Amino acid sequence: MNTNLYNYLLGIADNSLILGQRLGELCGHGPSLETDIALTNISLDLFGQVRSYYQYAAKVAGDNRDEDTIAMMRPEREYVNVLLVEQPNTDFGYVIARQFLFDVYHYMFLTELQSSKDETLAAIAKKSIKEVSYHVRFSSDWIKRLGDGTEESHKRIQNAINDLWTYTDELFHQTEADKKMIADGVGVDTSKLKEQYYKQISNVLDEATIEVPDLKYFQKGGKQGVHTEHMGYILAELQYMQRAYPNMSW
Amino acid sequence: MIEHADIDTELIPILDKVSDPEIPVLTILDMGVVRYAKLVDDVVLIKITPTYSGCPAMDVIADDITAAFKKAGYKVNIDLILSPAWTTDWISEEGRDALEKYGIAPPLDADADKEALLGNKKIVKCTNCGSHNTKLVSQFGSTACKALFQCEDCQEPFDYFKCLK
Ligand SMILES: [Zn+2]
Repeated sequence: MNTNLYNYLLGIADNSLILGQRLGELCGHGPSLETDIALTNISLDLFGQVRSYYQYAAKVAGDNRDEDTIAMMRPEREYVNVLLVEQPNTDFGYVIARQFLFDVYHYMFLTELQSSKDETLAAIAKKSIKEVSYHVRFSSDWIKRLGDGTEESHKRIQNAINDLWTYTDELFHQTEADKKMIADGVGVDTSKLKEQYYKQISNVLDEATIEVPDLKYFQKGGKQGVHTEHMGYILAELQYMQRAYPNMSW
Repeated sequence: MIEHADIDTELIPILDKVSDPEIPVLTILDMGVVRYAKLVDDVVLIKITPTYSGCPAMDVIADDITAAFKKAGYKVNIDLILSPAWTTDWISEEGRDALEKYGIAPPLDADADKEALLGNKKIVKCTNCGSHNTKLVSQFGSTACKALFQCEDCQEPFDYFKCLK
């Protein structure tokens, strides 16, 4: 099997799986009916996209793995999502800040992935980007509403941005698989997106009267399977049914 | 009329009986999710494409297609394809009319859609009274493909089918 392609696919899909799982936790708990529905709709979009990536990964693996075992039966160290997406739903400010910091990256990434030499990846990107354009609009809009809202909402969204900022740089780290896939014209050279990413983020934060953090030190590790203390709890919930009742299906 | 879809004329009456499980007034042909249907050596080959990646209706649609063709005496083989990606442009004229009668405002073109969803212009027509004096309540409605609007004249809340291009 093409190990680099397989690992590259997981690198993309795990981000959306774990973020989707985090958003799914909010089902029935959103601050208002509309935001509750919006966040779970975004979660559903992400799971739908993830399914396409894992189905393709199972095909690349070519053994008895399928989309479900790849999604739900790996140990923690084999998940390669960035640390940003596993951060908890501390409050609505954190939920929106995490979403915004990821959406802007996700949209730029998919824009480039559409011209991948790998036809399947290009097709998934073309499908997904239409959905993600709504995600970016939703989270950017809320950043402005919270930042430019009440004193309390401003304080909370500023705190969330400050706390989560340390996880943004990892989005642009490249693994061995990333580098090989970029060289083959399959992967996206994320180093070229970094400047534009921080520019777009800063523009929205400026408009929202939120201060752009000035940070020199960034956290990383997720892409190597070294996660924060939150990850185990996410996987416990995600994997429980498949572990308790192996091969169960609806 | 379905653009770009490659469908054998003799199969249309069978496909026309399969409705969208989430919007039962629309057939899957009206929705434009059937991209290919041909009879090849006794087997009907069908390609369907999802409206949204996470659309939970796709498995049901595939089951319903299988059942409809089985009833008509055909064997069927269904493939799910992602490319080219579905667009709201593939919803037929009949489909758009049916949506509106059902209480879902049909999608505007891409530019108008953006203006409507950003709340810049009042252009989404109320499905209850026909007024354009409507406001966006939420960018996401009961499903990912819809946004929630409310009419400021008759106060009726209604779904708007978002443009996907
Ligand atoms: Zn009205």
